[in-house]
Amino acid sequence: MDTLNYRDLSVEEFDTKTLLAHAAQQAKQRRYEDFLIVDVDAHHYESDSFAEIVEYIEDPVMRQQAKYQGFGGTGIASGPGSYQNLNGRLTRYPKVRGEKTPPTPHRDITLTKRWMDSLGIDVGCMFPTPMLQLGTCPRIEVEVALARAYNRWLCENVLAHEPRIRSTLYLPFRDPEACYQMVQDFGDRKGVIGFTVVSPGKKGVHDNAFMKTWAAIEERNLALVFHGAYTWGGDQHAELCNRFIAVHALGFTWFNILHMTNWLCNGMPERFPKLRTCWIESGLAWIPFLMQRLDNEWMMRSSEVPLLKRKPSDYMREMYYSTQPMEMVDNKEALELTFKMINAETQLCYSSDYPHWDMDLPSTIYDLPFLTEAAKRNILGGNAKRLFNLEPVVSEAKVKQLAERNAARPA
Amino acid sequence: MADVLVCKDGEIAEGGVRVIQAGEVEIGVIRHDGKYYAYRNHCPHQGGPVCEGIRMPGVLDIIGEGGIFLQQDFDQKDIHIVCPWHSYEFHLEDGVNVCDKRIRLQKFKVVEKDGAVYINV
Ligand code: FES
Repeated sequence: MDTLNYRDLSVEEFDTKTLLAHAAQQAKQRRYEDFLIVDVDAHHYESDSFAEIVEYIEDPVMRQQAKYQGFGGTGIASGPGSYQNLNGRLTRYPKVRGEKTPPTPHRDITLTKRWMDSLGIDVGCMFPTPMLQLGTCPRIEVEVALARAYNRWLCENVLAHEPRIRSTLYLPFRDPEACYQMVQDFGDRKGVIGFTVVSPGKKGVHDNAFMKTWAAIEERNLALVFHGAYTWGGDQHAELCNRFIAVHALGFTWFNILHMTNWLCNGMPERFPKLRTCWIESGLAWIPFLMQRLDNEWMMRSSEVPLLKRKPSDYMREMYYSTQPMEMVDNKEALELTFKMINAETQLCYSSDYPHWDMDLPSTIYDLPFLTEAAKRNILGGNAKRLFNLEPVVSEAKVKQLAERNAARPA
Repeated sequence: MADVLVCKDGEIAEGGVRVIQAGEVEIGVIRHDGKYYAYRNHCPHQGGPVCEGIRMPGVLDIIGEGGIFLQQDFDQKDIHIVCPWHSYEFHLEDGVNVCDKRIRLQKFKVVEKDGAVYINV
């Protein structure tokens, strides 16, 4: 039997001429050689030559940034860009990818415990990094699906196995029903100590659609966390900024200022008096500002906020705040006053934000001259224990260190 | 004050760093453009290993006539030591912080003699 001519596609290499062989046939059959054909719209993928193109950027600083961030995805031309590691100035981001870990436990557990042990941290509340930007994805259903996938993955692969790691799970804020479902489905899982609103969400926290979610979190005695974040592309105000420092400095505080203001102006602390809220990664300087601003307006416009029985700042002093990134440059007096104004001794919770570029060590609190030893310990651990109802777990490294210290003590 | 041997000349590659332990003190010896610089490997910010990051030229905004922003550029004459923890930057030449002159790295004198590099600790 004669073998037919054949092409085995599983081994054949891609070739444009092969793909377009039928077009070539058409051209031949129609005798295109008899006349001129002009194509006024055709494309190539210049992104494949990006490495060559960046060499043509005239501004050398931007050229370096473009080389470092690349193109597409989260590259230099994308909405958020990739400025977090200061265009290569911080080495831990790329280098940690090559760090060796044993096959078990999960790499995330090993790496997290390594830095926690180094910093002296016993229990850590873990948040994602790029997924904090999920709220900017134009497809809400993608945000919901990825949020559920991430939360399920985190519960099953990390929280279930490591008692030193806990989390306040991500809420897909643009879909209130999905937020409620998240609390129902994951609120009782091991290691879940609350839920997180990532603050650049495009909804008001006072929307009636959220009330059953807040109630469900309150009923479970969990915490509601507002995590600061920035958004660049797609935000009318942020798009007026041309440098990442501006987007970051404003964004991380601005969105929490916005939610806090709505939270108070709609009397949420009166509607959910047992719901503990914590405002994360906005630093501290914004809190006195907002307290003064809202108190001043409230004295004249309390008729608009009839649910509030006390000054807005009174409620704010009962909420919790995380420390980082704590403003610490030449502002000792302001910092001390801030601590006083926010009842830091009972309401402030230390946070590192490791491994991000503006991370703070526990020494940023421990070395403050105006705090008593009791206040330091509250801020470094005691307040978070109360906020999250934590069963404390002491790190293995510290247990060992304590044993060694005790053994060395003269009998 | 004692001269501590760091290495034979050339042992630290161009652009490289050797961190040495001199008693209690960690010192980073940096080789840049054929010259050696030695600083305490301790960042005045939060205590990071300041010599273990990268070196990078300072960045300039180039402003034209009438205050018009033209572009940015690297100042190749002013290399910075960048702390790997939070990116505080210090002039390689003198260890002074680029934002606040009051903050500086502890500098050690480097002596090159008989084909070897020493620091004065
Ligand atoms: S410790 Fe060096 S920059 Fe913070």
